[in-house]
Amino acid sequence: MYRILRKTLKTGVLTEKAPTSSDAALEALGIEVKRLVDKRFNGSLAIREVDAGSCNACELEIHALNNPYYDVERFGIHFVASPRHADILLVTGPVSRHMETALLRTWEATPAPKWVIACGDCACDGGLFGRDNYATRGGVEAVLPVDLYIPGCPPAPVELMMGLLNLFNAAD
Amino acid sequence: MGRFDWLSEYLAQLEDEHVLVRRGSAQRLAPAHVLEIDAEDWGRAARQASLLEYRWCGLWGDEHEAHIRVYACLEHAGDYVVLQTAVDADTPVLPSHVPSYPIADRPERHAQDMLGLVFSDSPDERRWTRHQAWPESSYPLRADFHLPADQGGQPAPADGGYPFQHIKGEGVYEIPVGPVHAGIIEPGHFRFHAVGEEILSLEQRLGYVHKGIEKAAQGRDAAALVRLAGRVSGDSTVAHAWAACQSLERAVGCRVDRRAQQLRGLLCERERVANHLGDIGAICNDVGFAFALYQCSRLRENWLRRNQELFGHRLLMDLLLPGGVAVDLDTRARESLKQDHQRLMEETNELFDILLDQPSLEDRLLNTGVLRPATARALGCTGYVGKASGQAFDLRASNPYPPYDRQPMKTVCLADGDVMARVQLRMEEIRRSLEWMDELLDALEPGELQCRWQPPQAPCEGLGFVESWRGEIITYVRLDAGGKVARFFPRDPSWHTWPALERIVMGNIVPDFPVCNKSVNGSYSGQDL
Repeated sequence: MYRILRKTLKTGVLTEKAPTSSDAALEALGIEVKRLVDKRFNGSLAIREVDAGSCNACELEIHALNNPYYDVERFGIHFVASPRHADILLVTGPVSRHMETALLRTWEATPAPKWVIACGDCACDGGLFGRDNYATRGGVEAVLPVDLYIPGCPPAPVELMMGLLNLFNAAD
Repeated sequence: MGRFDWLSEYLAQLEDEHVLVRRGSAQRLAPAHVLEIDAEDWGRAARQASLLEYRWCGLWGDEHEAHIRVYACLEHAGDYVVLQTAVDADTPVLPSHVPSYPIADRPERHAQDMLGLVFSDSPDERRWTRHQAWPESSYPLRADFHLPADQGGQPAPADGGYPFQHIKGEGVYEIPVGPVHAGIIEPGHFRFHAVGEEILSLEQRLGYVHKGIEKAAQGRDAAALVRLAGRVSGDSTVAHAWAACQSLERAVGCRVDRRAQQLRGLLCERERVANHLGDIGAICNDVGFAFALYQCSRLRENWLRRNQELFGHRLLMDLLLPGGVAVDLDTRARESLKQDHQRLMEETNELFDILLDQPSLEDRLLNTGVLRPATARALGCTGYVGKASGQAFDLRASNPYPPYDRQPMKTVCLADGDVMARVQLRMEEIRRSLEWMDELLDALEPGELQCRWQPPQAPCEGLGFVESWRGEIITYVRLDAGGKVARFFPRDPSWHTWPALERIVMGNIVPDFPVCNKSVNGSYSGQDL
């Protein structure tokens, strides 16, 4: 126990200041700020992540959001296990047709008001797997209404945070 | 013993069994040795191989006009033999390898769903990769495949009618899990049967992230194929891209410069260290030891940031090109990398020492999720799953390719086969990779980063073999006369470790499933394709 405490103290606090979101970044992220007014999240934003055919790289970077450097929980952003607890669906992958119904059911299980974020190039437009593919829908918008696109292959944690923070600030 | 000394014994056995080897070639798919046999002998050839305890490591088919060529890959003493046969495209029937090698079950069902192959004596004819996105009678990898017009617009229904196996008895209950899991992980379905807390059986149903990679590859050029291969499983982007490069380079006879090979080795070992760090933390977290998760994810993040600084991508995507690599290291970067290695070595020595000294971790990880060596062997497990269960095979040492040929990797093998052994093995692999990378940086030779990639003038094919952090990757590529991809099949090691997980969890308690699963960490994307 002593060694754990010593290591913890020696490591110290690593958490970095949140990146500031410029107007240009807001635009680039294509966020529909107006839809997220009036303090709807009330200080707490619950996200359900859904892998709809990703190669797992997006998941690795989404995971990184919880490491000590980014620690998104401090903004009130947390990842939840059930869509019934979620404000936002963070969807990765080009939407494989084998995940299509599961994704729709997850969306239906999410209480309104709800938002959908297409995370990563595949979710935005099919990415490297293309649109003309028997096994995928070529992007989330073919299946669900998308509120925000976060491109990148995969988007880095800072890029994910910019997207999430923009939603959060907009709602504040 | 020299390379392929054992092959004469196998050939003699085949002859005794009246299996006619129509043609053999040591060049066509070098370093593998190809044996062409008749379809009717397909099952017997596998049986002889299984009697000689060769490892079965993959199967794929390839449509050639009126025929479908079928390939199966076997390994022994680090050497590969590829059995090849051909069946008529209209009556694509051949014997199954499953009676001799149960691990062939899912690969054969994948070939059945994708190409319409019929394995006449297979005990399991259920669909595997196909759910409900295309009809049973059409096969995506056939040239004449097209989706019926009305199917394109409708959501593909859930595969609710899949015939799971059922266990009946007093107190036996089923737990269906997935495809959408509770965490930030890939989708798949697990069907447990349990009595009280104890797991009686686990049956997996994968294929949810099937995104048509094999078909999508067709018609792409070499560079585009390598980018696509880098997304077969995003956590193994370097290794899969490397295996694709190898197969392409062997197909066209392109010699890659030593420096480029060394840089590939460096990138691949960096990928190994990053994944091992992340998983060790996650495994400990699955038994409630958050200290390890935060320390390991801190070290992983530092490592990924250095990837970004030095190579321009945190996960090292798109850094390998056909014929070479896209990045170089200057002297300053080399020195700073060596300092990184030293620092990480000190940090991990301290951290792993603390982890291995925790009675609470020991209590949860020791004797949990045991994979017996005999089972690991039968299933052909490679990577940390095989190596923690007494299977020493590691391509970097068993059949070293550049740069491991001139700079040997000291690989690790443990015997206990439990979650703890898989953790310890990965801890040790981090240390050895760090030492190896230091040696590599000292031995880095001057040279070209990329040789000129010249598309072939005639159809050609090649095989790639790469040891990823997860285990052995085998990649087959065939190019047409224009240099475009005609067939791409990447065999991720997860094809062999997913079935191992079904064995591993038997007799464990349901709440230990997450830690057992994380200790195996099969790739869904890599096997769903």
